[in-house]
This record gives sequence, C-alpha cells and structure tokens, in this order.
Amino acid sequence: MPITTEFAYHKPKDLAEASALLARYQGRAMPLAGGTDLILWLKEGLKAPEAVIDIKGIPELWHLDVKGGSLAIGARVTFTELIESELVKERFPVLWEASRTVASCGVRNRATLAGNLCAAVPSLDGAPALLVYDACVRTRGPAEEREIPMSEWFTGPKRTALLPEELVAAVELPLPAKKTAGCYVKLGRYQGEDLAQVGLAVLAEAGGTWKLAFCAVGPVAKRAERIESLLNGKKLSDALIAKAKALVAQEISPITDIRASKEYRLHMAAVMLERGLKTAAARLAGKGPAYGASLI
Amino acid sequence: MTKATISLKLNGIARSVDVEPNDVLVDVLRDKLGVKSPKVGCDRGDCGTCTVLLNGRTVRSCLVLAVEADGSEVVTLEGISKDGPTKLQKAFVERSSFQCGFCAPGMVLSATELLQNNPHPHREEIQEAIAGNLCRCTGYSPIIEAIEAVSRK
Repeated sequence: MPITTEFAYHKPKDLAEASALLARYQGRAMPLAGGTDLILWLKEGLKAPEAVIDIKGIPELWHLDVKGGSLAIGARVTFTELIESELVKERFPVLWEASRTVASCGVRNRATLAGNLCAAVPSLDGAPALLVYDACVRTRGPAEEREIPMSEWFTGPKRTALLPEELVAAVELPLPAKKTAGCYVKLGRYQGEDLAQVGLAVLAEAGGTWKLAFCAVGPVAKRAERIESLLNGKKLSDALIAKAKALVAQEISPITDIRASKEYRLHMAAVMLERGLKTAAARLAGKGPAYGASLI
Repeated sequence: MTKATISLKLNGIARSVDVEPNDVLVDVLRDKLGVKSPKVGCDRGDCGTCTVLLNGRTVRSCLVLAVEADGSEVVTLEGISKDGPTKLQKAFVERSSFQCGFCAPGMVLSATELLQNNPHPHREEIQEAIAGNLCRCTGYSPIIEAIEAVSRK
C-alpha cells in the first residue's frame, strides 16, 4: 500500500535543529525514529503530518550510558540495542526481559523504546518495567527541557504528556540504591510476535519493598499501588499472595477485544501476579529461572 | 513534496534512485531497482515477507521510507547467494523446507542474521528469530530443522 499522504522529510543533525523544525511546523510535524508505528499510521491515513523529522541523524540521541546516577537511553536506541547491552541486562534486567518480548526481531532492530512510549498503546511492553524502575522521560521543546515521571506520562490510550512541538530526548532510569530483582511476565496468544493480553512487571527490593505495574489491562499502563502497599514490609507467604490476588480486580480494568476477553484477562492477571511475585522473590534470593526464561 | 536522490549500496553495488519522501523502501526496491525477493504480504510489519538486511540487520522494508535508506547498505536474498546457494539455503533445499516459497526470502534472511550473531542457537532461539515470518504451508517444522542442522555444523 503506497502512502497517499504527502509530507516533507527532514533529517536534522542535532537537537537544536530538530527543535527549530518542530517549532517551525507548529505541531504539524512528527518525529520519526524506528518508524514501525509511524509508517503504518501514514499508510492507513491515521496521521497526516506536513513533515516528518527523522531523528536518527542526531548523535545526542544515540547514547545508552550511565550519567549522574541514572541510565540514559537516547530516543534513537532500539530494542535490539537494549537487549544487546550488558549494562541494561545487569542493572535493569526487568527492562531487558521485557524488551525481548517486543514484537519480532526484525521489528526490534528498528523500533525504539522512546517510540514505544510515544505510541502509548495500552499493551506496550516497554512501560511496566519503566514504571517499576521509577523512570522519567526527558523531553526537548522549543523553549525548555522537561522531565516527566513515567507515572504522569500516559494521559490515555495513545495519548501522552508530550506537547506537539516537543520530542523525546531520552528515557532515564535511576540506578536502584538497593539490591533488586524482578521479572516481566507477558501473556500472549502464542510465544513470539504478539501483543500482550496481559503484561506485568515486578520489582522486589532488598528490605521488603515491592513495585508492580500492569499493561494491556486498562487504558494506560500503571502501577498497582494497593497491592504494593499490602505487600510492603511483609514476608511473602501463600496467604499474603492470596490476599494480593484478591486485589487484582481493583487494580485493573481490562476490556474484551480481539485478543482476549475481560474475564480471561482478570483471571490470568491474578495467576501472573502469583508467578511474578514468586519469581522476583526467588531471583532476589539468587535462585529462580534465569532472566529471559519463559514464565508462562 | 521534494524529490530526493538517494544513494545506497544494494547487494554490493552502488545505486542511486530518485524517490519521493513518501515512497516506501520495499516498493522502491521492487519497482524502481528491480529486486523482487522482498514481497509485500501484510504491508504492516507482521508477516516478514518484505525482510531485507539494512546495515546488516533484518528490517521490515514495508515500514521503512526509502529516503531513510540513503547512505545505507541494503542486502536482499539476491545478495547473499551471488556465489550460489549458501549452506543454509542448501539445508532448506535438502529438507524441502518450503512449499509455496512466499515466506522463503524473509526466513532465509532472518536465519542468516541469527547464525551470523549466534552460530549455534538452541531451538527456542531459532523459533524467536523466525517469529514474525509467517508461513502458511509448512507448520514451520522443516524450516526450524534446517536451521538446526546448519547450527550443529
């Protein structure tokens, strides 16, 4: 299918030039990174920008390194680059584990974490891990930089706090102060290339603090704070897990769609919570399955 | 829209072609550059038939603008078998891994990328590497077995 929308193509060499272009088009231009969502939207006529601004020529957006106590992931960094990064695997293994479940290899070679966040579909695998690691999105606008916490990033399905003339510069994850372990549990219709029916990230911190976040079971990916409060400071037991599972229906609001029914999602979210908690606890104790192993 | 002339190395040969900003790479490869192995199946990145190697990595060429490939190296199925079929392709032939062949270019390139980065993958890694390349004929088994056979060598 050819793209019938006509647009100008720009490939700025630095962030200042990109910002100036976005300002010039006054919200009628869109940044292009991996394009695995944007090109499809252009084909289907869902977006009709006057210009696309290809950010792949901007070296400032290529970085993937630790600066000032945070891991900074530039907006041009692909899921494949995250998976191939020892730094990500060692310091943020839940993000590493989640990245491996995104789409297919040929899509991950192109698709970026920042683009995943900007597409903001409810099933995005990138978000739960970022939520449990308390990440933030650094944006660049014509006048200022902003730092938006992940908890405030999603404003609705396919809607974010990003303003029309802004672009994402980086996603930043503070290095955990304590020892942590966790997991990303993804339910799809089959292994390999499917969107999540339910996604759950779990992060256990030494000292008994828990962080949990779901995707695909509500309009936006979000933390499960009631369950976190229940678990914090307590020793994980079968009775406690049963209480946590009973809270799942209060935390999520799934719908029935082509990939799963509401009832199936509610049921499986509780099953996945139990597996996720046990896996995270085992990994924190130096046991449990290796990161990347299938947990479903 | 402003036409642009892009230059790329296609299967080892320097090529230049005029493109519009909204031209998609798979269409330019097929219609303007005469390379027919990448095919348009789903046209939305799900089926893998348009797979090409862009700077050494598989991409869905139905989701790449042609203008994005300016200055890049593109290798299609035609480019990996210039000196005759590769070991992997021979293994596919020996096992009659394909029936209609529509998915073959994507399968061959995806498996080629896998074996370049990981010469001895286990079965699950093979399955993950070819996930997103849809085959409606074979049930995948003879494809996976051929890749396994090459990875054991």
